[in-house]
Amino acid sequence: MIDEKRPISRAISGFVLGAVALLWVGPYAWMVLTSWKTLPEIVAAPTYPLPAALDWGAYEEVLTQVPIARYLGTTVLMASLIALLQVTLALPAGYALAKLRFVGKKWAFALVVACLLIPTQLTFVPVFALLGQVGLTNTLGALVLPFGASALGTFLVRQALLSVPDEIIEAARLDGASELRIVYGVLGPMLRPTLASLFLFSFVFHYSDYFWPLVMTTDDRVRTLPLAIALLREQGTGVRWHVVMAGNVLLSLPVLAVFAVAQRHILRAVTGRAGAH
Amino acid sequence: MRPRHPLHPYLLLAPTLLLLGVFFVYPIARAVYDSFFAWDLLTPPKYVGTANYAALADSGELLAILGRTLLYSAVVVVGSMALGLALAVALDRPGRLYAFVRGAVFSAYVVSWVAVALLWMWLLDADSGLVSLAWKTLGGERIAWLGDPDTALLTLAAVSIWKITGYAMVVFLAGLQDIPKELHEAAALDGAGPTRRFVHVTWPLLRPTATFVATTSLILSFQAFDVVRVMTQGGPVSSTTLFVYAIYEQVFMNLRVGRASALTVVFFGVLALLTALQLLAWRASPKDPAEARR
Repeated sequence: MIDEKRPISRAISGFVLGAVALLWVGPYAWMVLTSWKTLPEIVAAPTYPLPAALDWGAYEEVLTQVPIARYLGTTVLMASLIALLQVTLALPAGYALAKLRFVGKKWAFALVVACLLIPTQLTFVPVFALLGQVGLTNTLGALVLPFGASALGTFLVRQALLSVPDEIIEAARLDGASELRIVYGVLGPMLRPTLASLFLFSFVFHYSDYFWPLVMTTDDRVRTLPLAIALLREQGTGVRWHVVMAGNVLLSLPVLAVFAVAQRHILRAVTGRAGAH
Repeated sequence: MRPRHPLHPYLLLAPTLLLLGVFFVYPIARAVYDSFFAWDLLTPPKYVGTANYAALADSGELLAILGRTLLYSAVVVVGSMALGLALAVALDRPGRLYAFVRGAVFSAYVVSWVAVALLWMWLLDADSGLVSLAWKTLGGERIAWLGDPDTALLTLAAVSIWKITGYAMVVFLAGLQDIPKELHEAAALDGAGPTRRFVHVTWPLLRPTATFVATTSLILSFQAFDVVRVMTQGGPVSSTTLFVYAIYEQVFMNLRVGRASALTVVFFGVLALLTALQLLAWRASPKDPAEARR
């Protein structure tokens, strides 16, 4: 777009790069720098960027105030179970929708597409009432089951399977493989990139999710890390921003690490089709 | 293909359809049903006819919520698309530095809303936040960005733009990749400068992508909740009570499931309308960008 050889356009693109970096990297940097400061430092000179020394006091405070390990454990367990269930259930469903002929197929596919358009913000009131009636609120089940089947995942697997030739399935059948063996043993490995995208995207989304755990739980034993970190700001007298930022770093680091390693996979899920839940 | 056994397809689909039915289809029907009752979750529900809808409409609450949500969404969609497109065009070039900055912008979309909301609350803190102090240094008056009913909603929108611009950017980047290099070269040979190339080559070919981004982010902004819950709890004086937060308030603070269900039904109608618009827009554009991408 911009002519590389002209010095003016090089200067402009350098300026844009710097401005964008300042706007998007700057806030992260401020978060980390704040977490290394002490309260007197922040009060005395709130805009001075560098901490006097690498003070880990804010982190110690977070760790003593909040059982981070337990919240992190619950969060990772919940997000992994959801992602695993979605992949496990999307494969056979996508196979039936892409490859098998049966009565009602159109309707089944229409249902999946319709669910693609229903956000959980529309379902939470009735689901909260329903789970309350069967005694499931405040359990891991209330956090995992509603997301166990992913309309998006089913849709993506079906699309991916459409381009797999029927002969592969016929050959596997001739070899005597059962349908489940074909689904998980033959087609699963072929769809590894799609499934990896689905798993990672789902994991990252549910790890970070605030809305659903907030409305479905009141019990600390099943509450997740984003809720605990958000509470850091609400409790006590006067906001201790260095402690909140330390909590923020602890909350964001795992996701940023996954993102750094698997950016490609997450990008595929986002640009392939967006608005996922 | 023919299934080996006529029951196989149904068995393979059963877990998925069951879960989708229980957690996505049934709730919609139940919300419609519950909206005709007064129910506090403790005592048995009482049938009240359309009283819940009437109360929402007569108090003007419904219109206020709708207007607020619409304003917030419009600002977020326009802002994030304009910025996302500009960044996609500016950062669409090789090199590690560019890749890093693209990654940094997109990372905000991946990180938890909670983290983003808390971070910006600190930056916007009226007395010691970096942004507020920079504003004062530039000669501005002290502004309680989140504490003033006049600025709170726009501040939330600005934070949301910061968070989702990365989404618009990556979809636009994918769209840019679909534009053949030869077209740019041919236009350059004909003497078209960067601006004319953008207007006559890039933008027309990017229009379907833009439609896709606009409609998906509009629907996503309508569902905003986390940023409201963490940053303002709907205040001050309800100036940031967006649709989903209003539903949440009715259930968890006022214990009015019927009222909340009525709001949910209206919200469903609004989203259905937006989705219909989305489908119309996609049909009108030359090709479906989501399909082209795959």
